[in-house]
Amino acid sequence: MRLGRRNRQGGARHDRTDRCVADLVGALGPERVRADGAARHLASADASMFSDGTAGPVCFPDSTEHVQAVMRVAASHDRAVLPRGAGSGLSGGAAPLGDPIVVSTTRMNRVLEVDAEDRVAWVQPGVVNLDLSRQVAPLGLHFAPDPSSQQVCTIGGNVANNSGGPHCLAYGVTSAHVLAVEVVLSSGEAVVLGGLDAEPSGYDLRGAFVGSEGMFGIATKIAVRLTPDPESIKTLLLSFDSVADAAATVGAVIASGLVPAAVEMMDQRCVAAVEDFVQAGYPREAAAVLLIEVDGLSRGVEADTRKVAEIGRAHGGNVRVAADEEERALLWKGRKSAFGAIARVAPDYYLHDTVVPRSKLVEVLKAVYEIVDRHDLVAVNVFHAGDGNLHPLLAYDSRQPGANERVAAAGQEILEVSLAVGGVLSGEHGIGVEKRDFMEFQFTAADLEQQALLRRSFDPHCRLNPGKVLPSAHSCADVASLSASRPDGVWG
Amino acid sequence: MITPPVIDDEALLAFAAEIGPRDPVVVRGGGTQWDVGGAPNGDVREVRAPSGIVEYRPDEMTVCVRAGTTVAELHAALAENGQRTALPDGSGLPDGSGLPDGSGWPDGSGWPDGSGLPDGSGLPDGSGRPDGSGLPDGSGPCGSSPSTVGGAIAVGRSPVTRLGDGHLRDAVLQLHYVAADGRLVTAGGPTVKNVSGFDMCRILVGSLGTLGCIGDVILRTRPIPEHEQWAKLDDIEPQIVLNTVKTATAVLWDGSAVWARLAGHQVDVEDDLARLPDAPETPPPELPPFRWSRRPKDLYRLGEETGRFVAEIGVGVVHCERPDPDPPPIPAGVAALNRRVRDLFDPDRRFNPGRSVERT
Repeated sequence: MRLGRRNRQGGARHDRTDRCVADLVGALGPERVRADGAARHLASADASMFSDGTAGPVCFPDSTEHVQAVMRVAASHDRAVLPRGAGSGLSGGAAPLGDPIVVSTTRMNRVLEVDAEDRVAWVQPGVVNLDLSRQVAPLGLHFAPDPSSQQVCTIGGNVANNSGGPHCLAYGVTSAHVLAVEVVLSSGEAVVLGGLDAEPSGYDLRGAFVGSEGMFGIATKIAVRLTPDPESIKTLLLSFDSVADAAATVGAVIASGLVPAAVEMMDQRCVAAVEDFVQAGYPREAAAVLLIEVDGLSRGVEADTRKVAEIGRAHGGNVRVAADEEERALLWKGRKSAFGAIARVAPDYYLHDTVVPRSKLVEVLKAVYEIVDRHDLVAVNVFHAGDGNLHPLLAYDSRQPGANERVAAAGQEILEVSLAVGGVLSGEHGIGVEKRDFMEFQFTAADLEQQALLRRSFDPHCRLNPGKVLPSAHSCADVASLSASRPDGVWG
Repeated sequence: MITPPVIDDEALLAFAAEIGPRDPVVVRGGGTQWDVGGAPNGDVREVRAPSGIVEYRPDEMTVCVRAGTTVAELHAALAENGQRTALPDGSGLPDGSGLPDGSGWPDGSGWPDGSGLPDGSGLPDGSGRPDGSGLPDGSGPCGSSPSTVGGAIAVGRSPVTRLGDGHLRDAVLQLHYVAADGRLVTAGGPTVKNVSGFDMCRILVGSLGTLGCIGDVILRTRPIPEHEQWAKLDDIEPQIVLNTVKTATAVLWDGSAVWARLAGHQVDVEDDLARLPDAPETPPPELPPFRWSRRPKDLYRLGEETGRFVAEIGVGVVHCERPDPDPPPIPAGVAALNRRVRDLFDPDRRFNPGRSVERT
């Protein structure tokens, strides 16, 4: 489904494209360049609702040198370049605008080096998040960022979006786990940002690159920090008669001086959908459930578990501690299956992502229910309560007339409510196309101009993933190919 | 339409007005790391950032603080709610801005004996400690360091507990800074999680004031652990300590002895200590003044050139008696990027002229 406008430019540039494809084939070999309709179609959307452009030729480089070659061909043809990992992004960051050359990292999927002593791994960008953790598991290590899409999303995509996940509450988001990145700039030059030494000198270009949504360069090698597995983990399921009690428990747990590894909340509709789907053992009658995980050393974890349980009971909650690894895995399966389970509620969903102060969770959730009711939609809430990261999921049927417009209107109202209480536009999905035109809600013209300066430091010609993140007034001269097809306001 | 929050802190607006849109300017903090990146040219106008805590929200685990506030004052206020930040405050730790024995300041910033305070800001009696409550363990006497929040962030160096507490840069959620054109700019956002737009805070942290002048900052706070202590170990491989001591927030090594800082639940620290040979509670040695950056594994290959040294095991910082004769090189492509960043953010080089992030 699409909310924006269809790409209207059609196939006006065939000759130019043919020469470009020929140059790409010359540089990479025919097996690494696909310009057929099927390949381009597959690369024309990500997991968001946006598919307004059509991918140009799709390249499948094996190496840094291949990516450099693509950049040089793109420069010589003045074409935009769009990096693409698994395409699981939710904000349109990997959805093409115009007809960019797409650089797919799927063939760059090797773990190059694991250094157990320094707890660092060099990986190629196409390595799947969970595959890395599986591979280093025998060493007692893992990669801490664990977005819900971790079975498919790639480390390169995690870097581009500064991805989070349930466990970033205690362990931090991707940026805290990336030590160095080899990046191919739009000029074709390869540079290593950051380093494995303690305090690389110069500006923190590594930190600037992480979260740049494919607009600063293409990561070709990433040095990630590996985290030792905790000695002990306990997972608690707490159920409540009201969302307010659940939210108050979250606040009280944090205020008690405890930083749990994860604090997830699900509302009644979500619990019902999950139970129908995977029978995770959640209590259907509860208005809200919390999934809280504590980890560390055995005796400390026992103390923390008792403390969380006490706080939960003091707020009227029923508390269950997973007795064994099997029960723990089932509780998490319920959480991670939530989005699949929603398919039983309605055929389509829009997954929102905003962050609000923890103390405003109840107020904002109330507003979310009111907004979706008014727009005749169904909201299911499953989110990272510990850091105030809301993910209202708006379930609907896109075949109904006006449904898309209602989702768009409700989505914008939820954003406005979040910002009004001191929140931000996105906690982990990024801006992409989805929230680009809302950046002016959160940032002033001066703020956005400074962000544009940072982008131009890396990509003076704005050749990489043009048209994303920054509203057009603050974007530099995005390549000409884009102007014909940039969609109007995202929500139509 | 929703509009961005208006910056209405008069102290911040006055700071922006003082910096203005032109002329060379440098912001002075506590001066404890003034030599990092080279001193700025002599004739540059010096400005001080405003000070004071703007808003502390213990339940959100965030604090908004003006850049001129001393880290010691900030931590004293946070300690009342059992929290602190990843910024170095010199208290109880042998490094950074404070000195364990108050005997002098390593950078010659003008406080010969640590007994006085530069301006008494926030400290009622200048007795050397704000009130005792801001010290995580009271394990070592220390002068109240004049180092400021803004200075610590502009320099970007974490205290020796980076191993366990994380990098200072990851604690910075939002910054207000004055850009080279004199406008106040917001980088990042007030929440603990945020990917709205490019991560502008990262480029400001460690920029030595060359891209913008930091006015205030929202920091993530952390609970102060239930128990913290140093333990000294002789005749043991530091890497073994790193791998064995699960509660270690710092492992320091001087080539013969190891000092581990253990922090967490009292019971967990006890369990860790039980795993170790005799490990008396002993504070680590004073840190030599020069700072080298190495890969953690290369710490075991240090030669004579260091003089006396204290290495941060698992992190890679080495505190040495002499400057690094062989710092990791800056590749040409990275140097060009550094230059481009500075050219775009401060085309006239009015901020901190003479100082460079590549000369640390």
